[in-house]
Amino acid sequence: MSTVSAGLPSKDFSVDRPVPPGRYGPAGLLRAEWTKLRSVRSTVWTLVVTVLAVVGIGAVATAVTAAHWNGGGPAERFGFDPTQRSLAGLFLGQIAIGVLGVLAMSAEFSSGTIRATFAAAPHRTLVLVCKTVVFGLVALVTSEVLTFAAFELGQQLLKGTTPYATLGQPGVLRAVAGAGLVLTVMGLFALGLAAIIRHTAGALATYVGLLLVLPLIIQAFPTSFQQAVLRYMPLVIAEHMATTRLGGGAFGGGSLLSPWVGFAVLCGYTLAALVVGAVLLNRRDA
Amino acid sequence: MIEARDLTKRYGEALAVDHLSFEVRPGRVTGFLGPNGAGKSTTMRLILGLDRPDSGRVTVNGRTYHDLPWPLREVGALLEARSVHPGRSAYMHLLSLAQTNDIPRSRVDEVLELVGLTSVARRRAGTFSLGMGQRLGIAAAMLGDPAVLLFDEPVNGLDPEGIRWVRMLLKSLAAEGRTVLVSSHLMSEMAVTADHVVVIGKGRLIAEQPVGELLARSSGGLVRVRTPGAEQLQAVLAREGARIEAGGDGTLEVTGLSASEIGELALSAGVALHELSPQAGTLEEAFMELTKDSVEFRVDRDGRAPVAGAPR
Ligand SMILES: Nc1ncnc2c1ncn2[C@@H]1O[C@H](COP(=O)(O)OP(=O)(O)OP(=O)(O)O)[C@@H](O)[C@H]1O
Ligand SMILES: [Mg+2]
Repeated sequence: MSTVSAGLPSKDFSVDRPVPPGRYGPAGLLRAEWTKLRSVRSTVWTLVVTVLAVVGIGAVATAVTAAHWNGGGPAERFGFDPTQRSLAGLFLGQIAIGVLGVLAMSAEFSSGTIRATFAAAPHRTLVLVCKTVVFGLVALVTSEVLTFAAFELGQQLLKGTTPYATLGQPGVLRAVAGAGLVLTVMGLFALGLAAIIRHTAGALATYVGLLLVLPLIIQAFPTSFQQAVLRYMPLVIAEHMATTRLGGGAFGGGSLLSPWVGFAVLCGYTLAALVVGAVLLNRRDA
Repeated sequence: MIEARDLTKRYGEALAVDHLSFEVRPGRVTGFLGPNGAGKSTTMRLILGLDRPDSGRVTVNGRTYHDLPWPLREVGALLEARSVHPGRSAYMHLLSLAQTNDIPRSRVDEVLELVGLTSVARRRAGTFSLGMGQRLGIAAAMLGDPAVLLFDEPVNGLDPEGIRWVRMLLKSLAAEGRTVLVSSHLMSEMAVTADHVVVIGKGRLIAEQPVGELLARSSGGLVRVRTPGAEQLQAVLAREGARIEAGGDGTLEVTGLSASEIGELALSAGVALHELSPQAGTLEEAFMELTKDSVEFRVDRDGRAPVAGAPR
């Protein structure tokens, strides 16, 4: 502790010192965001919860289906979609990855790290873009691995007792890969919300509210209104992506968006949240 | 070199910084003094571009912070509020900052060594004591080996050993020719650490001058004078900007001029002095006197004429 010097060969700062050419940029920021994301326990824990949600619930759902298949009636068998059943964890998976997305951003505000981050890189939009890219890649790889794992495990559990699906059947690959994309985009949507709201609890409440509570509120309205609006709800879009039997799904009705149109709508929500987040980050004091 | 010009920052109704202009030059420790809520931390955030001023402008080495190509290699800052994720280790915190500015990994180990945190570098920062947190903040400030350093109350939470270490660090950084701005509300701390001071109160500049001059000029610099030519001397001193009050038993209590200045003025006016004694107040009294009403004690930028009510 007795060292006084700056720990460096002595230099003369009274003359202009050369700084390296160029300037800080995306390469360094991407590395920094990756370091930040992987160096907190909450990332690991939320990922574990996401695995349990997507793969665990899918396994339980398919196992229960297989166990009860022979005792079940035709009502249960009619319209059975083995792909959808193995992706039953998609719903809770969206909550889990939403927590991950919120925390990736809101922890910067709650801990004050945001000041260190912006002092190191004053270009706030660039910081948000790099954070979004890093989180998006991690979320994408995780989500795809999980949905394919859930599918494969689920089909193994169904096989021998019930009808089961293979990736080569129509609509199956789209449903499995698409479910992973939906998870990814919902995580990014949560990150954008956190950039706007800046508080962990507030952002989480908003995310869950938009995901779960909003559809419930809409169901209190007349059917024609429901028909018109429900198809734009993230949860409905996600469910429809994860099924091979288009037009059905939990919320029923023939008015659903096709899977990819629905996905484009989700991307639109996410882009809007991120753009508003970027504008507010630039406008507000850190 | 830091130059603030006419900086103003409001938070809603509250005026945190009010048309503040000052300069921080390289090669010396500049103390940034002011009572609680004076606007020191706000000013530092304005310098770093974290908060946006309502008017005015501040530059670091001639550029606004936002335009610095490698901010951490040019400016290092220890901010008042903690800016570390409690779940992240000291090492990972510093590494992520280093990566933003392409600072080599080896430098992370160097600054950890410098502040004495090497042995706890892998521990989560949330488990750190206040003093360890301060050391981590200082390490972050030193990361880019910058020529300009800002420290917002660096000794806060440090033990006496740590306080002494920070003092020596600040002085050695300035001795290397760096620009060092350090805030405090303790005048006594600044008296031993700083060469120069910028004093603010209610967001406004009160004084900007060498620390010795400030000490002499504030009420600690009250001088008692006994003279047979009281009336004549009073006129001479008042013309020089001093404030004069009648003390007990026929003495004059002069503020705003040093004892030597009074002696020389008396000599040139041909007035005999029977007593000329500087009254040493404590530094903190001096400081409180200076800042108790920032309007009354407002001064020009060169720090002359600090005493209100004096004829100019
Ligand atoms: N983010 C903020 N929002 C609202 N008001 C603020 C904010 N930051 C500072 N203020 C107000 O601005 C004024 C100046 O505060 P600042 O923290 O800059 O003072 P300071 O000189 O650093 O005080 P201290 O010595 O206590 O650290 C205070 O009145 C404070 O309440
Ligand atoms: Mg402060």
